[in-house]
Formats: sequence, structure tokens, C-alpha cells
Amino acid sequence: METLNLRHATHRRAGGTGRLAIIGVVASGNLEVLVERVLPDDECLLEIKTAADGFGAVWSAVASDFVERHSPGGLRFSINDGGAGPDIVMLRLAQAVRLMERSAS
Amino acid sequence: MTNWQHGREARDTRLAAGAKFANGKVVAARDATRLLEAVIRPGDRVCLEGDNQKQADLLSAALLAVDLDKVNDLHMVQSGVVLPEHLDVFERGVAKRLDYAYSGPQSARIATMLFGGKIELGAVHTYLELFARYFVDLTPNVALIAAVSADRDGNLYTGPNTEDTPTVVEATAFKDGIVVAQVNEIVDRVPRVDIPADRVHFVVKADKPFFVEPLFTRDPAAITETQILTAMMALKGIYAPYGVRRLNHGIGFSTAAIELLLPTYGEKLGLKGSVATHFALNPHPALIPAIESGWVKQIHSFGSEVGMDEYIRARPDVYFTGSDGSLRSNRAFCQVAGHYACDMFIGSTLQIDLQGNSSTVTTSRIAGFGGAPNMGADARGRRHPSAPWLQAGREGAPDVPAPLRRGRKLVVQIGETFGEKNVPLFVETLDALALAEKLKLDLAPVMIYGDDVTHIVTEEGIANLLLCRDAGEREQAIRGVAGYTDVGRARDPRAVKRLRERGVIRRPEDLGIDPLEADRSLLAARSIKDLVRWSGGLYAPPSKFRNW
Repeated sequence: METLNLRHATHRRAGGTGRLAIIGVVASGNLEVLVERVLPDDECLLEIKTAADGFGAVWSAVASDFVERHSPGGLRFSINDGGAGPDIVMLRLAQAVRLMERSAS
Repeated sequence: MTNWQHGREARDTRLAAGAKFANGKVVAARDATRLLEAVIRPGDRVCLEGDNQKQADLLSAALLAVDLDKVNDLHMVQSGVVLPEHLDVFERGVAKRLDYAYSGPQSARIATMLFGGKIELGAVHTYLELFARYFVDLTPNVALIAAVSADRDGNLYTGPNTEDTPTVVEATAFKDGIVVAQVNEIVDRVPRVDIPADRVHFVVKADKPFFVEPLFTRDPAAITETQILTAMMALKGIYAPYGVRRLNHGIGFSTAAIELLLPTYGEKLGLKGSVATHFALNPHPALIPAIESGWVKQIHSFGSEVGMDEYIRARPDVYFTGSDGSLRSNRAFCQVAGHYACDMFIGSTLQIDLQGNSSTVTTSRIAGFGGAPNMGADARGRRHPSAPWLQAGREGAPDVPAPLRRGRKLVVQIGETFGEKNVPLFVETLDALALAEKLKLDLAPVMIYGDDVTHIVTEEGIANLLLCRDAGEREQAIRGVAGYTDVGRARDPRAVKRLRERGVIRRPEDLGIDPLEADRSLLAARSIKDLVRWSGGLYAPPSKFRNW
């Protein structure tokens, strides 16, 4: 079990008005992402608890690309990872941003 | 006076020797080895029919058992090296030299035997190349083929898996060779004549039906969200903008995902009727929902697929069928169709290098590539235009005046950046190069050369290599969709950013793809049972795919 906290500056506030969303499941090769709009508009935070140790560099690279591609300003992501590959991580993060864009909860 | 009939005389001598074991043309299974000893000469070129699906297994076993004093040092010229007996004949010394196209199940052993000097390798061909050489310098002296049934005259019914048989027989029978067929049964009247009797010299009735294996069935239950996302990108970023109607699909899960997205995501994109209407393709069960939804107009097939027979019989508007109602496949014609009449090949591979060369060879296996190199190659002899072909040609060579510009076939490699067991799809150097060095091959076994590849699609994006203007751009375009593999992580981020701005690289968000849709609920069928349901109960999957 490893914990990583990755904080990034963002260009833009995440779209939409959603306050909170959750997607994915904690399972082998999968992950659960809880996203909350609780930060200033020019930053985001990924708090990662992962079952697979030693992948800090890949997480860091995925997080940087994600922030560059989706600019999730104001969002905090709490991630429970069951050893998902970077493809699924990127997909879940993009899905979480999309949920915040379209939900008004 | 010159004798111009040596071949004919030799054939007649062989026929007379074989006739001793035959009643008319019919030979008992127990006499098969003695028949082969009578008609085969040392050093002969022999085609032991090994197709994708149908195997002359009785004749393989019979050949393996010959007296080595009578039959030895054969030169095997066959498309598929599939059964263990196909290699046992080399182990035992019945055969010495090999020219072939595909060796999937035997790929590890064939590599060991080549390395150990048990086999003298001519070359690893594509199907079409080997078939072509059957008519030039590799004409078989004897062909040992498989069919479903024969009548007493020797007319053969191959069933839906006609595959290579007409080509093998054509080359052998019309050049004074001997054709021996194994059949599952001898009947008064064959359902249809796939091979006319005057090209068949002996018929052996086998005790059990020839071996056949389902090779093209992909269980929708195993398709991942990443494959769905990638398939969505292919549909929206390639099928739609080029308007690809005529195409060939590979046999992997990524293309199965595309097939299962046509009636759902494709429908939503409004693509029905304007893409994926005509295929050169085996009867993939995964295409059933698209067929049933009215997407597919016509399919010509290399061979058949286990369990699809009744479905095909009931859909003759889509498939090619004989007077008896069952599928008529033909590997040579379908390969030609895929090469010349299709605007796109899309399929998976195991390794892609920085130039876009791809290979399914690893250091310990030589599988050969069967038809993929002909499907996945620009057809330089093509002269008829089509919109996708012209568009690809324009993108690749914008400065050439249009009337003199060649079109291009779209050759698309699709896959996840990390494949099975987390093995990276992208590599700095293909394993095929190490293998070529180890076996002292003149050519590294490359499946698709980089200069034929037009697009690479992964979950990270689409790289359009047609738009790259030099090797450096090409390398960065490939790295730019290589995800978090070592190759992907070694990209130049600024160069990749510029390529993305030019549309050379396109991410899912650039294509307007909603990541929330990349879900298994988007698949038209999520299980084999769903496919059976779509087919109205006509598709009968083999037991290994049944879990209900």
C-alpha cells in the first residue's frame, strides 16, 4: 500500500457546477475516484491510495498529462486504486471531470 | 526427337502405382500410407493442405508413417504449419525443406527446429506469395488435401471451409501432379462441386472428420473499456472522416469492439450506410449485431468459422453461398479482394517500432503472418479510385498534382499501449531483428512495414502518419500515442504538442469523445449468449465458448 499526493497548478477552472461525483470500483486492475469541487480554481489535487507500490513516477506522469489535457481547476480527486493500468486511470479521471461538468448536484 | 511429355508420363506411372490400392479412385484409410509411398518420389514438392480451419490430418499421419527408403527429403510447400505432424515429418526425415506462410500453433517448435537445422527454410511467405509461387517455381508434385465429402467419381464438396483447396488443386492437377483427397464421407451425390472430379486422382475416406478449430471467435465478455474507447476513436476519427465502406478487419479484440459498436455508437454518429458496408472477412460472430442491424451489405470470406454455418445459410444476401446454400470461401480470391478492393485494413499487432514497422514475431517464435502483409499493404498496382483512397493519397502527398498522385490504402494499427500481461506494444527495436540475426535470415520477419502504415490508434489517441513530413515527425507522432510505455515516456513533449495542434495527433477530447460513453453498455453484445440471441438462435458457438 502506497499513498501519493500530487498537487498541480491549473490553467482553467473545471467546467460545470457539479460539487461531487464518484466513478469506478475498487477492484483488481480498476480504481474508484471520488471528485469534489473544494479547491481554489487554479489548483487541483490527486490523493492516491494504491495497492501497487513503486509506480510513483508513472502516477506523476499520468497526473501531469491529465492536468494538461483536462485542466481540472478546483477539483480534489480521492483515488482508491486496485492496481489499474495508466490507461484505465486516465479514463476514470476524464470520466470524473465529465461527471462534474454535466451534473448539478 | 524431343520428348515433351516427361511430366505426363511420370504422372501416369505414379497413377498406375497408386491404382493398386484403389477401387476406382477410392482408397481405404488403412492403405493411405501405402498409397502415398506409391505416388510420392524422394525429393518431391508436396503440399500437405494445412489451412486455417481445415486440416488434412489423416493424410498427415499417413505421410509421417511412410517407409523412408521409398519417401524422403520432401520439399513441403504449404500455407499452414499447424498440426504437430506437419513438423514431425521433418523430425523423422520424411521431409527436408519447407516453404510456408503461417505456423501459429507450431511457432515455437518451428523456431527451435530451424535453429537446430532440422528444417531447411526456403522462405516465410504471405498466402498470396506462396500461392503465386505454386504457379511459377514451387508447383507441387503431389497435393494432399481435405474435403467434407466426395462422390465415387471424385467430385469434392469442401463445405464452408473451401479456403486454399481450389488454388492448391489448380496448380497441382494442371501441371501433371497427383491430387489425393481425404474426405469425411463418400456419398452418391455431393451437395455441390467445389473441386471437379477430373482434378482428383485418389479419395481416402477418413475414420473421423478432419480437424477444425474456431479461430475468429472473440468473446464480447472479454472486451475492456480501454478497447471500447480505442474503438470509438477509430470510428469517429478514421471510419467517419474517410468514409471507409470497403475494408478488412484483423482478428483481435480491438476490431471485435469496433464490430460491436457499429449498431450503437456508429448509429449515434449517423454512419450507417456510409461506412463498413463491404468486407473481406472471415465470418466473425462479433459482426452479427451489425449485420442484423442492416449495416453490412456484403462479406467475402477466406474461410469459415465454427458455429456460423446455419447463420450464413440464412443470410445469403450478405455472404457468398453455393447452390447447396452453404458458404463458399476462397482464400486466394479473398486475399486479392482484401489487397485490391478494400480501402482499409485495421488490425492489431504485438510490437511497433519507432518507424511504425510492426511484427508479431518474438525471439522464440516464428508464426509467419499469413495474409496480414497483403491486407496491411498499400496496393501499388491499384488503379481504380475511391474517396477514402484519394483522400489518403492527398494527405500523404499534397504537393503532387492530383492526376498523377497515387491514392493510398488506409493501413491502421490499433491496440492498447500495454497488451496482454502488460507487455508494451511500442518498442525501440523489434524482436524480429534479433531473431533474424539468430537464424541468419536475409530479412527480418516484419508483418507490416512502417511506410505502409497510415494510422496508429491507441487509447491515448490517433497518430496520422500520412501527415508527417519527415522521419523525426513520424517518430514523435508514434511516441505521442505510445502512452506510458518507455517509448511513450521518451517523447519530446513540445514536438508532440505541435503535432497535436496540426491534427497529426488527436486525443479523445480532440475528437469530442465523451469518456463516460466508454463503457461496456455501449457494446451491442456483451457475451457470446447475446450474439446467439442477435442471430435468432442460428449461431451455434462451440462448447468452449458456452458458459450457460
